[in-house]
Amino acid sequence: MLVDERGYYGQFGGAFIPEMLFPNVEELRTSYLSVMESESFKKEFDLLLKTFVGRPTPLYFASRLSDKYNAKVYLKREDLCHTGAHKVNNTVGQIILAKHLGKNKIIAETGAGQHGVATATVCALMGMECIVYMGQVDIERQKPNVERMRILGATVVPAMSGSMTLKDATNEAMRHWISNPTDTHYIIGSVVGPHPYPDMVARFQSVISKEIRSQLIEEQGNPYPDYVIACVGGGSNAAGAYYHFVEEEHVNLIAVEAAGKGVDTGESAATTVLGKPGVLHGSKTLLMQTADGQVIEPYSISAGLDYPGIGPMHAHLFDIGRVRFLNATDDEAMNAGIALSRLEGIIPAIESAHAIAALDKLAFDSDDVVVINLSGRGDKDLDTYIRYGNY
Amino acid sequence: MEVIERKQNRINTLFEKNKKGLLSVYYTAGFPALEDTVRVGKLLEEAGADILEIGVPFSDPVADGSVIQASNKSALDNGMTLRLLLKQVSELRPQVKAPIILMGYFNPILQFGVKAFCEAAVAAGVDGLIIPDLPLLEYQEMYKATFEANGLQNIFLIAPTTSEERIRTIDKVSNGFIYAVSSSSTTGAKKNFSKEQRAYFERLQKMKLKNPLLIGFGVSNHDTFAAVCEYSAGAIVGSAFISMLKESKNLESDIPEFVKSLKAHR
Repeated sequence: MLVDERGYYGQFGGAFIPEMLFPNVEELRTSYLSVMESESFKKEFDLLLKTFVGRPTPLYFASRLSDKYNAKVYLKREDLCHTGAHKVNNTVGQIILAKHLGKNKIIAETGAGQHGVATATVCALMGMECIVYMGQVDIERQKPNVERMRILGATVVPAMSGSMTLKDATNEAMRHWISNPTDTHYIIGSVVGPHPYPDMVARFQSVISKEIRSQLIEEQGNPYPDYVIACVGGGSNAAGAYYHFVEEEHVNLIAVEAAGKGVDTGESAATTVLGKPGVLHGSKTLLMQTADGQVIEPYSISAGLDYPGIGPMHAHLFDIGRVRFLNATDDEAMNAGIALSRLEGIIPAIESAHAIAALDKLAFDSDDVVVINLSGRGDKDLDTYIRYGNY
Repeated sequence: MEVIERKQNRINTLFEKNKKGLLSVYYTAGFPALEDTVRVGKLLEEAGADILEIGVPFSDPVADGSVIQASNKSALDNGMTLRLLLKQVSELRPQVKAPIILMGYFNPILQFGVKAFCEAAVAAGVDGLIIPDLPLLEYQEMYKATFEANGLQNIFLIAPTTSEERIRTIDKVSNGFIYAVSSSSTTGAKKNFSKEQRAYFERLQKMKLKNPLLIGFGVSNHDTFAAVCEYSAGAIVGSAFISMLKESKNLESDIPEFVKSLKAHR
């Protein structure tokens, strides 16, 4: 899981940034580890995770789901984090880091709006100015989150270029950062972007697998599940859920990408199926693109998985076969979301519903311990659930 | 050092002959129309542009402001590809004397294959490359040898936030010119330069770098052109030219007029 000194995971990663961003990224690169390892940082981070985010989140034994799939299925309840998803683990970490670096303005990109809300939340907490870039299409399909950000005092700026989704919001945030290099910290929400972002975000999210380990010890006497399943857009919740298991080869790590309307339909976001190595948003990774190297607009019903690449760490874990990548279509995810609601009384975010859908694609032994990272709750997706119907 | 290369490269020849007032004009290949790449290049040289900086359109041009973003999108919608662009450059090459520099993001080059691209670019008559998202470290470790083996000059950007030490390193690695970005921003026209920007130009001038400097970003008219020429070998104009192209009903008259209005003082 550890990135090398140059910011690479195998052949993926690096920092492919315009010179204008070099000082910002270099400042982060040279300081993030020492800040994160300092006692004052750790103390503040741990306290906020506990008292503000509500950690540790429960590891919930889903008995009816277990019966249905004939395995011991646990849900890691990141949906119970303050603001409704795992995203806040990272924004709490990065805002404390920003404070250490003397920054007083924050920018962020957001897809589903969860990272935007999590960023707006910590900015309110710390009294920092907050600008969130969000694709116009996502603004329309995630209205409640847009209003949440505004209530929290953030400025939401629509990204009107390209497909007007997460990729374009990221472009706009990077442009803003280029133009405001000294007082602004860019809180990237996933394990994407130039080094050190993928490693930094993974470290902030690694609290997820750290807790899973100790919770499993309590539950079964050892820290090892047989499977860890997580959805992957950029891959931050998956990075957090895998982090402390990557070296444990006997733990099966399963990633679930968004197949959209089907991987062969031209309307998909399944990067490992459709992508090739390429460079976007500061790192070399697997990327959906044309033969001419133009980035393809991805599609998924889930705004949080609607991204044409995956984090370089995931590209590497895919490359070496450490993580098995599956995908779930819109229909499979929506059905899994309804099923989880009915079986366990939990309406999941549509992103997380993709991870649930993987249960239908795997064959378990009855004593297999399966941990699904339930990365977010479905409140923000009610419009989509309603429009989709089928319940 | 590099004597042989220097003699052969049009960029070095140009800067050896002209120490001041050079004008490099950026235009997006395949814009306004797919087949305009050759025509615009010829018109620019006839009008007095000294360097042709041809933009390779990309879907996600993060270092560019809205004007160049929009021209990239139009060009892609027109059907522009890197292969077609190289074909157009090879048509343009025998018709102009000016150095031709391709400015584009790294991903299309990576997909083409860096080595294959360098060979094809040189065969088409390209003299240098500006790849804003290929940083110094990656360039030095992975691609420098390939670029140099083909005699292609890689032009680096520096910004007001670039440290003196790093500018010195970039100067050492460069062998054509250095592209000094006038402000911390994406590309795009601004009205005039601030005191801080002038102080930055002055600081660069005093560093006495081995490579000549061209200053870009925010150069849009005679005043801004003349201002940067006080401190450097010349200027790079992009967004202002693209805006003109977009509005133009007659490129044959508008391009000469645009160049004339910039260089009027010469």
